[in-house]
Amino acid sequence: MAEQAFSSLETDRADSSGLRSIAADFSSDRTAFRNVSWGKAMMWIFLLSDTFVFSSFLIAYMTARMSTTVPWPNASEVFALTIGGVTLPLILIAIMTFVLISSSGTMAMAVNFAYRRERRKTAALMLATALLGASFVGMQAFEWTKLIHEGVRPWGNPWGAAQFGSTFFMITGFHGTHVTFGVIFLLIIARKVWRGDFDQERRGFFTSRKGRYEAVEIMGLYWHFVDLVWVFIFAFFYLW
Amino acid sequence: MAQAAAHSQAKGQQHPIRLYLVVWAWLFILSACSYLVDYYQLEGILRYSLILLFMMLKAGLIVAVFMHMAWERLSLVYAILVPMSAVFVFVAIMVLESDYTLLSRLTFFAPDI
Repeated sequence: MAEQAFSSLETDRADSSGLRSIAADFSSDRTAFRNVSWGKAMMWIFLLSDTFVFSSFLIAYMTARMSTTVPWPNASEVFALTIGGVTLPLILIAIMTFVLISSSGTMAMAVNFAYRRERRKTAALMLATALLGASFVGMQAFEWTKLIHEGVRPWGNPWGAAQFGSTFFMITGFHGTHVTFGVIFLLIIARKVWRGDFDQERRGFFTSRKGRYEAVEIMGLYWHFVDLVWVFIFAFFYLW
Repeated sequence: MAQAAAHSQAKGQQHPIRLYLVVWAWLFILSACSYLVDYYQLEGILRYSLILLFMMLKAGLIVAVFMHMAWERLSLVYAILVPMSAVFVFVAIMVLESDYTLLSRLTFFAPDI
């Protein structure tokens, strides 16, 4: 992740020479993140802290799985579904992954249209994102129901190590909560976009700050982060 | 005045739609690849290295392009990415710890070994 971002940066920013520009920014006796608005910087810092939360969950899962003497349930079989007589491994999880990636795509387009000040397209794309997010949560609810019916509990399950249930409910539950709040957040911002708040610089209800289209990008950061976390959950919990 | 400032800043994160569509397509391809890793039941080092490879590529694309990290000011990029190295240290610590726990369990508590 880091290497990719860095290498593309080096070629992009030939004007500011690497570490020297960072030293200059942090020692400038003024706003350290120049050109970066307060809202965006704060969202990034929130996302950093959220990264640590999810990392801790995944590390706890790793520790439980590495140190147990009981075999770990095979996720490929646990999450298999039989559709039309054919048993497909992990199929629901794969569909959920594609749905979430698509929602990230529509969100990225929404941010793009927001900066072009195309109000209706932005709102429509944000609503599409919210819809995809809501269907993701719906599929997760289905998956939880199925597993609970099969006897998975936080303290045990029919297939192996007892910690499987607790880590599953903890990690996917926390992620699903993030998606749910993201959907609510999306609907609120989409309404503001639709109403033209950001064209008229209407002041926010809680913050009294002037509405700006940057709110869509900040919302997008949160949404892409939720997708990003799913990438790691998919790799480590479902595929490993 | 304020609007002009906002406008000039807005221009900073405008990229062609095509770029997003290409990244979107790549994320689909990479997700399909990681699903196929499970579908064909690949085993061992090959499985784990492919899972990690596709995961890192997807994460990199999302952070760099969708989250615009590739175009952000370097001081912000470092402020966000450098602290994440703490996670790797934590992983290393817990790998050692869980190896030790497993060893103790096998030595003292395993029912039939």
